[in-house]
Amino acid sequence: MSYALTTENIKKVFKKNKKTIHALKGIDLQIREGEIYGLLGPNGSGKSTFIRIASTLLIPDAGKIEIFGYDVVKKASKVQRLINRVSVEASFFRKLSAIENLLFAAGIHGISKKEALKKIYAISEKVGLDKGRLHDPLEDFSRGMQQKVAIARAFMTEPKLMLLDEPTTGLDPRAKREVQSLILHMKEKMGATILLTTHDMEEAERLCDYVAIIHKGRIIVKGHTEKLKAMIAHKIKNPTFEDVFMEFTGVSFDEAEYEEAESA
Amino acid sequence: MNTQGVVREMRASWAFIVRNFNLIKRYWKWELVFFVYTIANSITMGFIGKGVEAFSGAELDTSYLILYMLLGSILWGYLSILFEIVAETVAWERWEETIEYTFMAPIKRATHLLSVCGFAILYGILRAGLILLVVSAFFDLDLSKANVLSATGILAVASFSFIGLGMVAAILPLISPEKGVQVVHIFQALLLMFSGVYYEITVLPQWMQNVAKFSPATYALKGMRSAILDGKGFSELWSQIWPLLILGLFLLPAGIYFFQLMEQWAKKRGVLKRSG
Ligand SMILES: Nc1ncnc2c1ncn2[C@@H]1O[C@H](COP(=O)(O)OP(=O)(O)OP(=O)(O)O)[C@@H](O)[C@H]1O
Ligand SMILES: [Mg+2]
Repeated sequence: MSYALTTENIKKVFKKNKKTIHALKGIDLQIREGEIYGLLGPNGSGKSTFIRIASTLLIPDAGKIEIFGYDVVKKASKVQRLINRVSVEASFFRKLSAIENLLFAAGIHGISKKEALKKIYAISEKVGLDKGRLHDPLEDFSRGMQQKVAIARAFMTEPKLMLLDEPTTGLDPRAKREVQSLILHMKEKMGATILLTTHDMEEAERLCDYVAIIHKGRIIVKGHTEKLKAMIAHKIKNPTFEDVFMEFTGVSFDEAEYEEAESA
Repeated sequence: MNTQGVVREMRASWAFIVRNFNLIKRYWKWELVFFVYTIANSITMGFIGKGVEAFSGAELDTSYLILYMLLGSILWGYLSILFEIVAETVAWERWEETIEYTFMAPIKRATHLLSVCGFAILYGILRAGLILLVVSAFFDLDLSKANVLSATGILAVASFSFIGLGMVAAILPLISPEKGVQVVHIFQALLLMFSGVYYEITVLPQWMQNVAKFSPATYALKGMRSAILDGKGFSELWSQIWPLLILGLFLLPAGIYFFQLMEQWAKKRGVLKRSG
């Protein structure tokens, strides 16, 4: 079995205004090629920080991270060719149209205009993005629509490893379904590996093959979706990952978040 | 790099140029306002040239003086646009939070920066030409001797150094999104002050003249003035060209190097994203 992403003891500390935040305190994980790997945890637990490190946007203070065997820090440009990312914030030139933004993204990934347009139309179709609106400036788009454009931007480059940081947050139930289908399609038809963070437990259950639960910068438990739930099935009927989280930390996601806010 | 790699970098380069063009197009009203502002500045400088005769009483070659001042003002406008576009695109990307996506793209930082600078230079030269055209309608300029081609040549050679400085300028918004762009303007004003923007550097105190020797703008101004005022051909301007080449050879790679250094720093500190 080969791995899409492996890390050893990844640590990241932020220093802001004399305050020190230990965002990641030694993350070890292995993502197998072709699986959807869920990274779940309350607000501020370090999910986005980890995804930024895997995206070459943050350099870890300690530890080792490899994507398809390439060191993410030392071989960043090799890694960049294999990945893409969708973040919670859509991040676009708001004055430019969707198509202008997408063609720019395609261009800097070395994709020709012709090829890019074909993919943009195909993905728009799949996520229910109205083609007629593609020439409107992004500032006129609703948040959900912007998110769909962000999804098109990442899927268009057909990365081997897709980093999805809450890709469906802010989408209506139908759009959510469409994006989830697209993620499954990526995995099944294109053999992509996906790292997914989400606050939607149903989504995690529907999509993920394997799940790691992160809390205060540490992975507290990880395992196959079914096995994790089976671990506490004797206590709770039809357990969710939140129940798993609660079982291992003694607090719920909401409480953990509150705790985080207090200590901050 | 193989052919495929070259094609990829070229597509990326084109994408940056198109994006900057689109941004300017979208904000064309502001471009117009800024253009009028630059014209106003240039005309003011032209009238200062004309006014000297009135208060000195002596008979002077007014046309020469006006052109002399105008060339200073045109270089000022050119550098403003160049630095502004380069620094502003970084500031913009930070503001829109697209910078993370741009930095994730599998391309060389040199391709990125050189493309943005290349666009800025083309736009800046076009704009400088337009300004000269508009302003010349206000004054009775003697352009019979002017060698516009060799002046443009000097500007092009000087631009290698200006690009290098522009990249250093782009570092500021990378590390300080709030005030970075303003500091770029201060930097530009200092650079031109030392380089003899509206005067010969010989009027400066000795220590300032020493600093001026290391500024590409000094040679650019001198070369452009020789071309426009004295009609010197490109080959006659060698004493301006070789310092510009040497400075460019040093400043251009230095600019790319320092930008990448600061990019690494930003990635260590986690300052690329705007919101916590
Ligand atoms: N660039 C940064 N500078 C300073 N602190 C940061 C930075 N990025 C993250 N942090 C801090 O690190 C911790 C982890 O943040 P992170 O964004 O990784 O959490 P998260 O799990 O993605 O949370 P959420 O569910 O809210 O998205 C938080 O305390 C956050 O404030
Ligand atoms: Mg997050």
